[in-house]
Amino acid sequence: MALKLPIFMDSHSTTPVDPRVLEAMLPYFTERFGHPGSRNHPFGWEAEKAVDEARAKIARLIGARDPKEVVFTSGGTESDNLALKGAAEMYREKGTHIVTTAIEHRAVLDVARRLEKQGFAVTYVPVGHDGLVDPEAIRGAITDKTILISVMFANNEIGTLQPIAEIGKVAKERGVLFHTDATQAVGKVPVDVEAMGIDLLTCSAHKIYGPKGIGALYVRRKNPRVRIAPIIDGGGHERGARSGTVPVPLAVGFGTAAEICREGMPEEAARLARLRDALQDKILSSVDEVYLNGHPEKRLPHNLNVSFAYVEGESVLMGVNKEVAISSGSACTSATLEPSYVIAALGVDPELAHSSIRFGLHRFNTEEEVEYVGGRIVEVVIRLREMSPLYELAKEGVDIKSMRWKAE
Amino acid sequence: MAYSDKVIDHYNNPRNVGSFPKGTPGVGTGLVGAPECGDVMKLQIKVNLESGLIEDAKFKTFGCGSAIASSSLATEWLKGKSVEEALKIKNTDIVNELKLPPVKIHCSVLAEDAIKAALRDFQEQWAAKQAAATPSVTS
Repeated sequence: MALKLPIFMDSHSTTPVDPRVLEAMLPYFTERFGHPGSRNHPFGWEAEKAVDEARAKIARLIGARDPKEVVFTSGGTESDNLALKGAAEMYREKGTHIVTTAIEHRAVLDVARRLEKQGFAVTYVPVGHDGLVDPEAIRGAITDKTILISVMFANNEIGTLQPIAEIGKVAKERGVLFHTDATQAVGKVPVDVEAMGIDLLTCSAHKIYGPKGIGALYVRRKNPRVRIAPIIDGGGHERGARSGTVPVPLAVGFGTAAEICREGMPEEAARLARLRDALQDKILSSVDEVYLNGHPEKRLPHNLNVSFAYVEGESVLMGVNKEVAISSGSACTSATLEPSYVIAALGVDPELAHSSIRFGLHRFNTEEEVEYVGGRIVEVVIRLREMSPLYELAKEGVDIKSMRWKAE
Repeated sequence: MAYSDKVIDHYNNPRNVGSFPKGTPGVGTGLVGAPECGDVMKLQIKVNLESGLIEDAKFKTFGCGSAIASSSLATEWLKGKSVEEALKIKNTDIVNELKLPPVKIHCSVLAEDAIKAALRDFQEQWAAKQAAATPSVTS
């Protein structure tokens, strides 16, 4: 079969809707259009039933005991906002300290910064060279004022999987609530809120082959019963946790996507890991001075993040952007014009953040695509290195780090 | 971000990539930027010592597509110019020619810096050579 270009390999940003998901959603746009809050007619009953079935499927995917623990939101960002702001407001009397990490998604970090302005203290625990957070460092950061720990399940750039169960244990021992942004992990690797001691969990539909515009926040109802203040007020939907009409077609899509992920997870994870490893082998065996970012084993099966020394990331993307969709931690590709703070937090040389490239494989990628992408990346990197003054200096034996560079 | 056709053309077909062999007479080298900032340009000119005109130019750039295009364009423009004329190349000329968006203006600034650094390097070498060749009158 001929390869269809461009090839999408940026699944940490989003994923295509699975055709089975779309099929399940369609009737809820037209004939089954009711409002799930309409209690007195069949249109409402049908919609409510569909939403609750979806809720149950998501609950099952994350090991929640009770579907009522799943609160629908507009997406991962809103779920993170609701978890942090909601817990901060609810437990303010108890304490004003939050523990998180340096590599969280902006939806957590920026909320933390806002809470700092409102009088909260936040500790940003650093990560090791491999991107892992030490649960003992989390323990060490807890004070008698700490009300919440927020540590992401899997990082969106380097895919590193954090020791969530161990952090959950620390949280339980110290009587602190534990939130995890599991947007990248849910549906991809086993997640179990009971076994891992998670009190609040963020997830999103469009990262798991569901539609954009819907996410969920898991809020534990037992041992302990977690309470959060809403950030959106109104009709009191979602048991008062999140007002606003639940978008029924999106919820149905989210539920179906969750079910498909749960049923196929072991096979899909193994297949994607095999493809990812093939891509990694191709790249590492074809060019020198390529560095893997993040933990080599404890990472998402579909993630690959590498830095090609002496080559700037955006120039690599430009070399393939008609054929391959990938992303970079380079400053030139970010909205803030700063290089990736995640790669920087690993303690690698700053220029390697500019040189980082992220691949995110997905359900519909094929072996042929992986082969093609690997080949093209290698070609482009070799071409750009021939154009790189840094590569030339390095080949001449000059120590680039010891040179005096005049920054702009 | 969409790139202008000219940026894409220079990126795909960069002009004058390379380096002059060390010790080539009449060569001035500028190396500007910093790896941690994500941009480093090396720009070289080769001046014909009889005519005083820049007869060749080469570059190597670590940076984004716009940085590569800016330096590639600079080498094209330098060829055939005298040192004095070359000093008049402004970053805004590069911005206009390549239709760089505001976030990429720093690439053109770096290219202008590289041009100036290469010209200065040539002028300093030339001055040193003149000083060595001319007997001092005050001694």
